[in-house]
Amino acid sequence: MNSNDMYQDEIVALAKSKTGAERLENPDATVTLDNPLCGDRVTLDVTVSGGKITAVGHRVRGCMLCEAASALVARDAIGTDTSAVSGGRDKLEALLKSGTLPSEDDAWSTVSAFGPVAEFKSRHECVLLPFEALGKAIEEAESKI
Amino acid sequence: MSFDVEALRRQFPILDRTVHGKPLHYLDNSATSQIPNTVLDAVERHEIAHRANVLRGIHYLAEAATEAYENARKDVALFINAADSSEVVFTSGTTSAINLVAHSFGQGLKPGDEIVISMLEHHSNIVPWQLLRQRSGIVLKVIPATDDGRMDLDKLPDIVTEKCRMIAVTHVSNVTGADTDIHRIVEAARAVDAKVLIDGAQRVPHGPVDVQNLGVDFYTFSGHKMYAPNGIGVLWARRELLDDLPPFMGGGEMIRTVTMEDTIFAEPPHKFEAGTPPIAQAVGLAAATRWLSETDTPEAILHVAKLAERTLSGLAEIADGRIRIIGPQGTQSRLPVISFTVDGIHPHDVCQILDSYGVALRGGHHCAQPLMDFFDVTGTTRASLTFYNNQADVDALLEGLAAAIKKLT
Repeated sequence: MNSNDMYQDEIVALAKSKTGAERLENPDATVTLDNPLCGDRVTLDVTVSGGKITAVGHRVRGCMLCEAASALVARDAIGTDTSAVSGGRDKLEALLKSGTLPSEDDAWSTVSAFGPVAEFKSRHECVLLPFEALGKAIEEAESKI
Repeated sequence: MSFDVEALRRQFPILDRTVHGKPLHYLDNSATSQIPNTVLDAVERHEIAHRANVLRGIHYLAEAATEAYENARKDVALFINAADSSEVVFTSGTTSAINLVAHSFGQGLKPGDEIVISMLEHHSNIVPWQLLRQRSGIVLKVIPATDDGRMDLDKLPDIVTEKCRMIAVTHVSNVTGADTDIHRIVEAARAVDAKVLIDGAQRVPHGPVDVQNLGVDFYTFSGHKMYAPNGIGVLWARRELLDDLPPFMGGGEMIRTVTMEDTIFAEPPHKFEAGTPPIAQAVGLAAATRWLSETDTPEAILHVAKLAERTLSGLAEIADGRIRIIGPQGTQSRLPVISFTVDGIHPHDVCQILDSYGVALRGGHHCAQPLMDFFDVTGTTRASLTFYNNQADVDALLEGLAAAIKKLT
């Protein structure tokens, strides 16, 4: 695959959508994570209630892939079980590392949008970072309950 | 005499290859330059005919390897106009050379002594001094940057005090390409009897330097950025300084006598070269100095300057002003290391698209995060040119950049 092909329409559209690209006023938890390789930084706010994610907001200082993954997280996390988030991250990692596509019926099957990134190992962390931030934010939010 | 860039390119076999089906346009020379045949041949000849350990052996190959290693030191000394080859210490690179000085020179410092660096430094000339600060309680002071990415040397009188023991700064910024006026640095240091260390990693690939004329005390550079193999670098220091400094690392090769009670160290430079040194790499570095001394003609320098000018003017013409040059806007007192940002597009996305055009660039913080903070950017895209680059490389850069902006906007 040509490097140019990585920026397929779905990824570009996700990034441009800027879904959730606003900080929450009263988050239950806020996490900031850096990717030391490229300097990407994600600050992610979350609120949870009754074991479900109720709101996600983020600020991304990073590349288009990081912006797209953050937008996907914000779009698809609302209403999902907090316990399912680590599964979403695992599905994304499996897709990137071994090309394993999630089943369409699975929670977080939408991570398949990042299939074109799989061939570019130096960019994997760019899309994983928002998922890791979400996982840590939920952990922190639930620890306060 | 005209400069034949295509003839020069034929000396670099890698420049013939394709990337993603496109000709390679290698513009990441500030990170690692490519190696000409003459250097590759020198390394191969050494490994085939003279591979052995140095200094301690009696057999023929050991003698030959030692001679090759010490001759390499003489070639490097000639390249930088050192007074004597014993002033040339081989290291694994610039980073290890600066760490050596931070440790050995640092041992003689006391709490409150001051080291001056600048905002333009690579992390390799920041972190070793921060570590020294943790160990010894020294004070680290910083020469600020100007808006066009140079050291603000007008601030020197405010920063360099009687407590200053060393000014350690870069000769050329690896981000902005700005060329530092070393004589002003030396003048400020001498006024308070401080030493001067120069990080020459980005300067040396563009031609020989004269350490005696510069008047500095320590000069450091790396092989892999100046057409030589990886894993070799140089610390040059005046001999009397090397005599006085304690060794950094201990081990074989750097001793005269070892008993269970004590060790008498070897004379410089071997005092600072513990363990088996990078022998073939030193041979390669020497070949690179000879090649560079022949290549660094006024015509070649003019060729690169013109390419830099075309790159800067080309960047100014595309994207309706969305490109911001991080560094000097013109070609005066700068080398062809050109950093820029594209409004709304991350440097890694720019570099990824450019890669599909066969253009090798570098994007990110360039190991200069304080400078990124100063310019309030997360990173930059950097094109770094050298003698073997040609107009096609610049054209590919500008064409790919226009395409990247179109695709990602």
